[in-house]
Amino acid sequence: MEIQVKSADRNLLLELSGELDHHGARTALRELDEALDAALPSKLVLDLSEVTFMDSSGIAVILRARQKMRLLDGGLLVRGVSPQARRVLDAAGVSRLVTIK
Amino acid sequence: MRTKAVNEVTLDFPSQSRNESFARSAAACFAAQMDPTLNELEDIKTAVSEAVTNAIVHGYPDSIGGVTLKIRVLAGNVLELMVKDHGRGIPDVDKARQPMFTTGGEERSGMGFTIMESFMDKVTVRSAVNKGTTVVMRKKLVPRVKK
Repeated sequence: MEIQVKSADRNLLLELSGELDHHGARTALRELDEALDAALPSKLVLDLSEVTFMDSSGIAVILRARQKMRLLDGGLLVRGVSPQARRVLDAAGVSRLVTIK
Repeated sequence: MRTKAVNEVTLDFPSQSRNESFARSAAACFAAQMDPTLNELEDIKTAVSEAVTNAIVHGYPDSIGGVTLKIRVLAGNVLELMVKDHGRGIPDVDKARQPMFTTGGEERSGMGFTIMESFMDKVTVRSAVNKGTTVVMRKKLVPRVKK
């Protein structure tokens, strides 16, 4: 799991690549926390275009991002979701909680 | 009653999180002989990933132990996936299967069983405290029309 962090004008973009499973989610959660604490953004975009596999561990990452952005009174967008990841999010009902493009 | 397998493979590996990727890829490779669709392959990988992660996170929270993945091809184009650990066990299986229930802390979403049930036709869980947990999942793959 690799994560590119881009930050400008309180907009934070995290581009995740690789496999977002339990093994990869540990890295993602750590980097997410660090990036949010450093940027204190008003908008967070999680870009999953380069994520080749995602299971429920990815849900934990997205829900953590949602919780933290609510504390910051900011918005969250999840984009680049593959059909496989989309089915995981739909099965868990996360699509109703988070804006997904 | 135990159904006779057309073909089967058994894999044993230690409960290291890096083996989650290995387990789901191995399951997809073995299932390839059933000529699955891409969606079916992804469903199989996702369900195996959830079951193996549960064994690693909940079976052996403080140690490394053995995890067994048994993949069987049954008559009627049915794939059976068994994930077994000899770890801590689940005190209340019905509760563990509830959506959002987790003892895994912030790293886990509590949606593992929900996803297994959603992606497979049938999920059976047997568990005994301090003896271990066995998850058996079955999915009938849609036979493709041969040209």
